[in-house]
Amino acid sequence: MKLVVAIIKPSRLEEVRQALNSLDVHGMTVTEVKGYGRQKGHSEIYRGTEYAVHFLPKLKVEIAVDDAQAEPVTAAIRDSAQTGRIGDGKIFVFDLEHVTRIRTGETGTAAL
Amino acid sequence: MTQRMPKLLGMASIASLATLIAALPAFAQDAAAPAAAATPAPTLDAGNTAWMLTSTALVLMMTIPGLALFYGGMVRKKNVLATVMQSFAITCLVTLIWFIIGYSLAFSDGGSSNAFIGGFSKFFHAGITNDTLWAPGVANIPEWVFSMFQMTFAIITPALIAGAFAERMKFSALLIFIGLWSIFVYSPIAHWVWGGGFLGGLGVLDFAGGTVVHINAGVAGLVCALVMGKRKGFGTANMAPHNLVLSVIGASLLWVGWFGFNAGSELAADGLAGAAMMNTQVATAAAGLAWMFAEWIVVKKPSVLGIISGAVAGLVAVTPASGFVNPTGAFVIGIVAGVVCYWGAAHLKKMLGYDDSLDAFGVHGIGGIVGALLTGVFADPAINSLGENHSIVTQLEGVVVTIVWTAVITWVILMITKLLVGLRPSESEEEEGLDISQHGESVAE
Repeated sequence: MKLVVAIIKPSRLEEVRQALNSLDVHGMTVTEVKGYGRQKGHSEIYRGTEYAVHFLPKLKVEIAVDDAQAEPVTAAIRDSAQTGRIGDGKIFVFDLEHVTRIRTGETGTAAL
Repeated sequence: MTQRMPKLLGMASIASLATLIAALPAFAQDAAAPAAAATPAPTLDAGNTAWMLTSTALVLMMTIPGLALFYGGMVRKKNVLATVMQSFAITCLVTLIWFIIGYSLAFSDGGSSNAFIGGFSKFFHAGITNDTLWAPGVANIPEWVFSMFQMTFAIITPALIAGAFAERMKFSALLIFIGLWSIFVYSPIAHWVWGGGFLGGLGVLDFAGGTVVHINAGVAGLVCALVMGKRKGFGTANMAPHNLVLSVIGASLLWVGWFGFNAGSELAADGLAGAAMMNTQVATAAAGLAWMFAEWIVVKKPSVLGIISGAVAGLVAVTPASGFVNPTGAFVIGIVAGVVCYWGAAHLKKMLGYDDSLDAFGVHGIGGIVGALLTGVFADPAINSLGENHSIVTQLEGVVVTIVWTAVITWVILMITKLLVGLRPSESEEEEGLDISQHGESVAE
């Protein structure tokens, strides 16, 4: 099993959700996060005083999938979150050791 | 209102002249009935009273919630409650000071020292009844209403100062400082200009309080910023406004409330009150756009904080002018105020290196001075005959006297406060934020 973690632009969340939905992905967790990469923040000016805002708001999307789904899920996120402009985010894929569904106690791929 | 006293005298003499002319045929035709020619005792004017009751409520709304929100939105989130608390607590504190002693010092007869300060005869509003009229024969409003209207001015003036030391004054120090300031700075200056003191007599034109309220508060704010020093982290930490929507709501309430401030300062529901309202609207709009465009040219973005700051600068600048200039004059005053106050807040402050947190001096001090001087340029006798001998030199005298008194006494009061309780919270309290350290509360995430 794999854990796919994507950092995306907040405005792309709905497109990403729809793309994953069509791949039969059953759930995801979304967190509001702040960070920067090559985009390096922006500056704001209030009455002549400039403040550099280094950390920009992004969304972190986490999806647990079986090994076979990892590749198509990654591709779907890449295609749906992409605007082509700097700041589109990144996708990380981790090995996932163990999954338990709390309600039933099922484990492994049955719990995904 | 600087010209309140001479204006009242002027209107009273016109009124008595009219009575005399009306009386002439009576004398000619019926010499046996002289009683009919006697001036009837002035009675309450319902129209004026209704407008002044309304104006009073409008001006109170400028401070709570108007100024509280305008300032509250501009501070960091950890200080928002402390900032709105300043406006609210000052409203309560100054109300009681005004009721007990402030009104008497400003608006009762000071006897031999009347040029400089009123007396104690209206201590706790002594002697005022439901039948006591303010300006009998002219405004004919209850003195209760006049004092209430003036009270709302006494409230907003020190509340404006709080913008200069926002995010870094101990609450206990704030109460002591504002209490003393209201008695020893506000009441005397209100007396000089409106209560029969020497500035009104000089012929300084100040319709609604550019000098008493705005220059006074702005300069006091500058002294506070200089004495108290910069906020911890000034120049390095991000001190961006935490919620400008609050500030937009606050500025809008200030704008609406300002009709009570300016058009109410006529103390009557008449044509000049209407002119003051039109002037207020035009100058505010012009200044909002002027600041916005100036900033757009300089830093390439038309900012929300810019347009609302400009509007407030326009309101400030048109305050002394509102009952003397015509709307074209107000239009020019607005444009000048918008550009000059932008420069004051964005550039002068940097050049001089003080930390006037929310630009109490940059907007109210500079805007007040621009308005006071330009009133001397644009006063139009067709709008108000009292503006006939307008002079920028006389205006400058009023400005300078106010600046000197408020600067010196504000400094003395700050030193007394510092001696009693200290002015600033500890560094760690300031870093934690005044909401938690001063009030034990915070706003939810």
